[in-house]
Parts: sequence; C-alpha cells; structure tokens
Amino acid sequence: MIEVEQLTKTFVVRRGRLRRERHVVEAVRGISFTVARGELLGYLGPNGAGKSTTIKMLTGILVPSSGRVQVAGLDPSRRRVQLAQRIGAMFGQRVQLWWDLPLADSFELLRHIYRVPADRHRANLARFREVLELDPFLQTPVRQLSLGQRIRGELTAAMLHDPELLFLDEPTIGLDVVAKQRVRDFLIEINRERGVTVLLTTHDLGDIERLCTRLLVIDHGTLIWDGGIADLKARYGGERTLVVDLEEPAAPLDVEGAEVERVEGPRQWLRFRGPAAELTTRVAATARLVDLQIAEPDIEEIVRRIYSSGG
Amino acid sequence: MRLDWEIAKRGWRRYAVYPWATAAGIFTNTIFGFIQAYVLLAVFEHRTNVGGYDARDTVTYVWLAQALLMTVYSFGWQEFALRIRDGSIATDLSRPLDPQRYWLAFDLGRAPFHLIFRGVLPFILGGLVFTLHYPSAPALAEFVVSLALAVVVSFGFRFLYNTAAFWLTDIRGVVTLAITLSVFFSGLTVPVPFFPSALRTVARVLPFASILQTPIDVWLGKHHGAALVLYLGLQLFWALALLGLGRLALRAGARRVVVQGG
Amino acid sequence: MLLWHRLVGAQVRSQLQYRISFVLDLVGAFLISFVDFLAVLVIFHNVLRLGTWNVHEVALLYALSTISFAFTDLLVGHLDQFPQKIRDGNFDILLARPRGTLFQVVASDFQLRRLGRAVQGVAVLVFALDGLQLHWTVGRLAMLLVTIPSAVVIFASVWVVGSCLAFWTTDGGEFTNAFTYGGTFLAQYPIDILSSWLRRFLAYIVPLAFVAYFPALYILDKPDPLGLPRALEFAAPFVALVGVGVARTAWRFAVRHYRSAGG
Repeated sequence: MIEVEQLTKTFVVRRGRLRRERHVVEAVRGISFTVARGELLGYLGPNGAGKSTTIKMLTGILVPSSGRVQVAGLDPSRRRVQLAQRIGAMFGQRVQLWWDLPLADSFELLRHIYRVPADRHRANLARFREVLELDPFLQTPVRQLSLGQRIRGELTAAMLHDPELLFLDEPTIGLDVVAKQRVRDFLIEINRERGVTVLLTTHDLGDIERLCTRLLVIDHGTLIWDGGIADLKARYGGERTLVVDLEEPAAPLDVEGAEVERVEGPRQWLRFRGPAAELTTRVAATARLVDLQIAEPDIEEIVRRIYSSGG
Repeated sequence: MRLDWEIAKRGWRRYAVYPWATAAGIFTNTIFGFIQAYVLLAVFEHRTNVGGYDARDTVTYVWLAQALLMTVYSFGWQEFALRIRDGSIATDLSRPLDPQRYWLAFDLGRAPFHLIFRGVLPFILGGLVFTLHYPSAPALAEFVVSLALAVVVSFGFRFLYNTAAFWLTDIRGVVTLAITLSVFFSGLTVPVPFFPSALRTVARVLPFASILQTPIDVWLGKHHGAALVLYLGLQLFWALALLGLGRLALRAGARRVVVQGG
Repeated sequence: MLLWHRLVGAQVRSQLQYRISFVLDLVGAFLISFVDFLAVLVIFHNVLRLGTWNVHEVALLYALSTISFAFTDLLVGHLDQFPQKIRDGNFDILLARPRGTLFQVVASDFQLRRLGRAVQGVAVLVFALDGLQLHWTVGRLAMLLVTIPSAVVIFASVWVVGSCLAFWTTDGGEFTNAFTYGGTFLAQYPIDILSSWLRRFLAYIVPLAFVAYFPALYILDKPDPLGLPRALEFAAPFVALVGVGVARTAWRFAVRHYRSAGG
C-alpha cells in the first residue's frame, strides 16, 4: 500500500530580519518503510521530528527533495488528484467541514467533490451515523458543534468516499475519555471490517496502546523504530519498577540488582530487571517495609526512553 | 506611567513586525494618492478656488490624507471587540488595568509607527511629482498638536463602537456603518471644503472632521489665532466626549459581563 | 460547472435562512458603496466637467465599474482572507481533495450580500442613462452586456494573481489592494484626467482601463481625447481571456512553489 525508500525533504529557511541568512533544515532524512494493505499503524515522534512532513509527502501535499514514494501504486506528488480519490485524510486540529453549514450539507458537498454514487454514499452515511451516533446533530451548523461532535463529523467526512487508506493526524486530541473510546472503536471497525489501511499520527499513547500493532517512531528526521509494539516492550520495556513504602524516610537504599530512581519521603522507586521475588527479599532485609508495589513500564515511559536514547 | 510606556511599545511592535504589510500599504497609499490627486486636480481646470482651497492646497490635502490615514486609523479597528467576543474580556476586567486606558496607550504607541513608516514615504513621493504646501515651523508645531488630538478622537470613536460587542454578537454592520461615516465625513473620500454647504455644516458638527480635516487644515495654515484655538478646542472636546461615552459604555458592558458570567 | 453551483448554492441557502439579517446586510452594502458615488456627486457640485466628461458620462463609467466590481467581490472577494487561510494551515486540506485548488478556493466563499453594491451600481446606471438620453443600437447594448462580464473576469484575474503572493509571504497580501480596490477607484473616473505616464501604465500594463473607459467611449460615441486606437474599445473580452490564462498560470506556479518549499 505504501512504499517509501530513502525519502528526504530539506527546507531552506531564511532567518533574521535584515541579513536573511540561509539555513538548511533536513526535516526528513532518507527514511524507508513499507506498509501493507490492511495495517493499522501508529506514527510517533516528538514535535518537529518530521511527522507532518512525512504525511504531507505521502498525501501529495509536499514534493520530496529526493527518494521514492508510492502510495496505492501512485506517485503522490505527480498524481495528486488521482490519489486523493483513494485516500482519506483528517487533520485533528484543522477544520475540513464547512463552518456555517449543517453537518449533513458538508457530507452532501463532499459526495459531489469525490463523485460518490448516491446509493453508496447513503449506505456509508447510514453506517457511520449509526456507529458514531451522528443523528442528534446532523442538522446543526458545524460552528455550533462540540469538539467531540466535530471530530466524529470529520471522521465520517474522511471515510464517505470509501478510501483505501486513511491518514489521521491527532484524531483524539482534546477529546474526553468516552469520545476517545468511540473514535477508537470506529477505527478498529473500519480497519477490520473494511480493510482500510490506517496510518495514525498521535501523541496519545492510549491510542497507540489500544489500536496499533505496529509503530513507526521518527526523531530528527530519521526512523528510530519500525516494528511491533510487543517487540518494543520487550526491547525497552525489560525494566520494571519496585515501589516501596518504608516505615520512615531513609537514604536511598543500596540493594544489589536495583537502582534507586526516585525518593519521596518514605517512598522509594527502584528500577530493576528480572524476577521480583529475589529483589523483594533483599530489600526487606535492608529496611523495614510497610507496603510495596510493582509497576510495569507503560508505552509513555518506553517512548521516552527511545527518544532519549535516540534509537 | 511606566506601564503605559510598556503598553505603548507593544502597540508599536504589533505593526512593526509585519514589514511586508507596511511596504504593501505604502504602495497602496501611493497609488491612491496619485489617482485622487489627478481626479481632484481636474476640478481645477475650470476653477481656481473650491471652498477656500486652491489647487496646491487640494493636492497637499490628498497626499497628507494618504500619509495620515493609518496614523489616525481611518478604517475598521476591532481588536477590543474581538476580546469581548471571545470572552477574554472577563480576564481583562478582573485585572487592575482599565481596558480603555490600556488600548489608548496601545494606540498611542501605534500611531508614531504609522506616522513614520506609513506617512513619510508616500508624502515624499507625492512631493516629488506635485508641488505641495509645506508649513512654517510654528505651523508645523501646531500641526503636531492637532494630529495628536486627532489620534485620540479617532481612538475614542473606535473604542466606542467596539463596545457594541457587549450587546451584539455580530458587530460587522456597526463597524461598516461607523467606518463609512468616519471615512466620508473626515474628508478622506473628498475634502470637506468641496462639500455643498449643507453637507459641510453637518460635517463641522460631527467629530469626524476632527480626525483628518482639522489637522490637515492646520498644516495648510487655514486657521489662525482665535480660529485655531477654536478648532483645537473642538478636537479636545470630541476627544474627551468620545472617551467619556466609551467609559460609560464600558461600565455598562462590564456589568453585563459580570452578570452573565462572561 | 455543476459542482460550483452546488458549493455556492449551499452557502446561499444558509445565508437566506436568516431573512431579516440578510436584507439588512444587503441594504447596508448598498448604502456603504453609495458613499463612493457621493464623492462623484460632491465633485460635480463644484464643476461641470471632469476633463471632457460631464456628470452623466462619469456616472456611466462609475456604474460599469461598480457593477463589475460588485460581482467580482462576490466571486473572489474572500481572497483577501487567503493569507490567513494559509497561515492557519487550511490550504493543505484542499490539496488532499481530488479537485483543483484554485477552484476550491474560489468556491469556498460566496456572500450574497455583496450584491448590495451591484444594486447601487444599477441605480447609478439608471441615473446615468436617464441623463444621457442615448439612442440605443444593437452595438451599444451588446457593448454594455459584454463589458460587465469581461470586467468581472479581468478584476478577478488581477485579484487571483495578487493573492498568489500569499504563498510566499503571509503579510504581503496587501499589495493586491492597490490593484483591486485601487483599480475600482480608478476605473470610476475617466483616465484622460491622469497624466500621460500613469495613463500609459494603466492602459497597457495593468489593463484596468479596459474595464469601463474604452467601452464607455464606445457607448457614448465619444472620441477618445487621448487619440488612442479605437480598436481598444473592443479589447475587453480578449483581455479577459488573457487574464484567465495569466491567473491560472500564476496560481499553478505558486502552488508548485508551495508544495516544494513547504508551508
């Protein structure tokens, strides 16, 4: 579905008011990856890492400086209009719908823009109306919708023309827990039932955890991770944390096989690898414990480690 | 006092950071200046004097008007109304800084920027092609005073129609009406001396003449002695009156915000 | 194109929903644009002729120019906000759709109330024709009917070319104002009152003189006081065609730059 080979994008930025010195910014440096049809993957990276630039090159918005890109068998920058017919895009913070018109009107206008046959459009819309519960606000002008309602409308808008590939940029940003869940369920459904390939850019690690089987991580223009979430956890998630509550505050415990990460009063966080039982015994021998817990690393922690270690 | 200075600097900076917009504005002003100058000069093919203005006065008027229109901000200003509309006004009112005073200081910082960077160049360009009137030193000083008062009158008016946002959700109609009245009766479309006498009387009664017509007349040396004092006094009167009305509107509006919860 | 009608129709329907507010807006637009004609009346209060033109003749010029501008404003007036649209990142979405971007941008906004200015123009036209007492020939009528659409296209092309600048610098959009609003202002008056270099610049470089001046000369059967070739009186539609070509090329070039240089 997507084939990327040595994709590069350099920008020339002029800084300064009077002298206008040229800086060359390498936003994306020779990244390569392949996405098969039907995958649901996450695309992660700190701000300024090159995420949006990559997406823009995949959708034909930006022309690459060098490298090869094929999306749905087409070169995005050359066959923009053709490709647009087969992909859907949703940029969470920007509004695609018509601001002053009722939501239903936006759908109708998009039907004509994408030249979707009436019956297919009706069928799709009926399904999405049901899954995303759009009926209560279908006739409301978009400017009056809440964020959650608008996002649901935008998702529908992106899907109405049966795209094979869906690009989502921060779709759950600003949503409450219930709304997030609804969006995630929707994405899982369209991926499983309709086989839509989904590329999800997000900062929300809950999205990643619940939706993606594969993760691409980009930092400073290079791909520092391309693989499954399980592998990710195995590689970077080997360490766990033992949280102990001592009877009274003490100096950081010196225990073999563990490293004190943090101390807050009587509570200490110890990082360790391997089985917990041995370590617990050793800790208990060193100090008087009141309580203890074992914390698994979450994706957030793992990603933080990846960013700081640079892959 | 120190605070006012800081706010004024912010006003200056707000426009100084868009050099291209300023350049484009100068270009537009110059084009408009040429067109209007020629149109009005065509009137002088058949007459030597219109309402006390000769050809040189008129051409000077045109170029001064173009040079000053940004300084006295003849067109729409909605920054305060925007803050009311998006609710930020609630935060502003909770602070110990009076909004009218804030925006006045802001405007007084902005005006010098526009005077220098939007005013000087078009006037010089006009002066290269046409013969303009240049004031004597005392007249120039009087002009500066009149211009300063004009800026305050303009601000008072703009602030006042911005307060409409406290009561109306869409003030577009109010703003357009306000700009239309202001632009016409300040003499920007056609100099007030060209108006038929009935319209001229109306113009003299309204505050808009104090925004552009009066400072230009002072530059042209049209007022001396008692008349000059009268016109400057009229500017001062309008400045205070409009600021006063603005205060009343602000107070009424603020009460509304507090009651409705912002 | 049918899609344009749909896109625009949806907006019109939504605007007409608030009947009273719409009528008020329309009346407001009428009155506000009337101030421009007030300027013409005030000038003619002081003098009988501008150059070789009397008030009714200038009113004809004014009417042609204003009606054309009203329709142009209706079609592409929202391009004034285009730099902001780019700054907000809302242009990219248009690139992700299977349609031309210029078409989408033009069809994105349609404020029917702007026709209030057209109504004002028609009122002035009635005033002009009433005072001129013309003998209507097929030629004159044809010229009248052809001039306005041509003028609309010429103005719109200028506006589009100007807004291409927004792809390079987001605060330079004001340059267009000199040509669009300045152009209308200029077209309301006979260009023979301008000095020669400005006249030449206008007629040959910025074709806004075609908008009303030359067609008006034909309708009024007035000899050109400048002695320019009579063929120019029929040039408007051709200039319009050239204008469309220039606008589309400029736009394509600008979008190509945007797509390689980034947002």
